[in-house]
Parts: sequence; structure tokens; C-alpha cells
Amino acid sequence: MSTEKTHIIPIRKYIFVAAGLLLLTFITVTVSFINLGPYNVTIALFIASIKAILVAFFFMHLFWDKKIYLVIFSIALLFLTIFLTFTLFDTTTRGAIYQQVGKPIKSEAPIYQNTK
Amino acid sequence: MSAPSTIHPFYLQHHFSDAVQQRESAKLGMWIFLLTEILLFGGLFVAYGIFRSWYPEMFFNAHKQLNVFLGSVNTVVLISSSLTMALAIRSVQVNAKKQALIFLILTLLLAVTFLVIKYFEYAHKIELGQLPGKFYTYDGMLGNNPHIFFSIYFMMTGLHGLHVIIGICVISWMIRRTMKNHFSAEYYTPLELTGLYWHLVDMIWIFLFPLLYLVG
Repeated sequence: MSTEKTHIIPIRKYIFVAAGLLLLTFITVTVSFINLGPYNVTIALFIASIKAILVAFFFMHLFWDKKIYLVIFSIALLFLTIFLTFTLFDTTTRGAIYQQVGKPIKSEAPIYQNTK
Repeated sequence: MSAPSTIHPFYLQHHFSDAVQQRESAKLGMWIFLLTEILLFGGLFVAYGIFRSWYPEMFFNAHKQLNVFLGSVNTVVLISSSLTMALAIRSVQVNAKKQALIFLILTLLLAVTFLVIKYFEYAHKIELGQLPGKFYTYDGMLGNNPHIFFSIYFMMTGLHGLHVIIGICVISWMIRRTMKNHFSAEYYTPLELTGLYWHLVDMIWIFLFPLLYLVG
């Protein structure tokens, strides 16, 4: 049964990860003051994702632990993505339906010829 | 009488076959709880996505009202508290009780610092009337529907703040249990689960901070 070993990670590694997180925080704040239009969001979310991965893998030990915990975490993110994407498919495209304006039917249309 | 050859530690519940199984079950349960937490916040993130896509300019104007400096300080505070939490668990893993206590108390202090800074931010917003929904009375901002931004701001940071308060309670309990010598290198599961919870709270703030303070 003793499949899971406890991993004692050197303090140095924790400090490195924390330093990385602080550096990324500094970068994301600095970049936010430069106006890059729509890329601001992309960059901010990209940096936030890297930070989240650092926290999950090293502080939460997903990197060393049994992979089932990583699977559960990934499932949460997968369903959140489905939730977000499909909701936005709806809410961002409301009123974007192609409008067909009604026209009077021509008297020479086949429908009239058949009823004669 | 029964199985005298096996060691039965005091922390092992009778319905588990051994300590490893108990620990793995506890962690599995905790991760499933964290999954529900992610989905709980997920609803608010989706609300953010919807309203941001509908009113991009309003979000841009309204987010300028938030104090980026205080938000950044709070990010640094939470990241540091995550570090001290991880180090506290590591200290217990090597049976350094005193060190573990110091790191846990540091974590607690940083969590309180986070809330104090949040209190000043909230007080400033309440004073200006930048409040959610119909309570919004501030008139110094261009654009329609700014109350929606502040509804989302207060809901997201409020729910996160509630999690920080719960975290403070649990960390205090863990400090008490560490002082009572409940934990050792063989058994520290409650501390480990507290750590997982606290890192998740940190992780949610990692997304809240750029979404609310940095990009409008």
C-alpha cells in the first residue's frame, strides 16, 4: 500500500517559485500600464495562468503527488472552460442573426401556377 | 488480540486499512472539494465574462477607479502567505515544530494584512458611493451601467474575502493543534489540506487581480 512517498522539497525550490510569482506580478502590473488594445487581456490572463500553474504544481505539490489529483483539478478547469465558452457563444452573438426582410410574392411564382 | 504485529497509530481511523490509505482518501476528498470551489467562483467569472463582453468601455472606465497599488500589495501579501504556508508544511515534514509554528503565524498575519488592506479599499468605495446595484450613487464616471462593474467587483472580492476569513479561522485552529503536538512527520494531513485550501484562495486572487484591477 505504501505507494505514496512524502516529498520533502528543499526550501530553495519554494523560494524560487515564490520569486517567480513575484516577478510575474511585477511584469503583469507593468505591462498593464502600456496600452496594447485587446492584447492587454490576453497577456494578463496568460501571465495569471503561468502563476496558477506554478502555485498548483509546486505549492500544492501536484508535480510530485499522485496524478489523480491533477486529473480532478483539470476536470474543474475543463468544465469551467465549457461553461464560459458556451455561455459567451450565446451572449456575444445575440441579435447577430441574419435578417431576411419579407417581400411580396410575385404573381408569376410557381405556387400560383399550380393552383390555377 | 487482533493483528498484534501491525502498528496502530493514534491518528488512524479504524475504517482505513493503513495511514497511507487514510491520507490519500483525505487528499482526494479535499481535491474534490476544491473542484466545487473552482466551479463556485466559476459562476462569477462567467458573469464577469458576459458583462465585460457587453460593456467593454464601461469596464475600462470603471476599473480605473480601483487602486492598482493596493491591489498589487495584496497580491504580494497573498503570494508570500502561500510561501509561508508551504514552508510550514515542509517544517512539519522534517519535524521542526517551532519553525512550523513561526511559518503558520506568519501566514496568519499575512492573511490578516490582506483583509486590513481590503477593508481600506472597501471603506473608500463605500464613502464614494461606488456600490453594487441600486446602492450605486457615485456620479464622477462616464458611461452607462457602472453599477454592474461594482456589483461584480464586490461579489467576487467579497466571496474571496469570505474565503480568506474562513482560511484565518482554519489556520488558527492548525496553530493550536501544532502547539498541542498533534502533528509530526508521520501525520500532518489536516495541515496539508489547509495548505491546499489556502493555495487555492491565493490562486483565485491571482486571476481576480488582473481581471478587476489591470484590464478594464
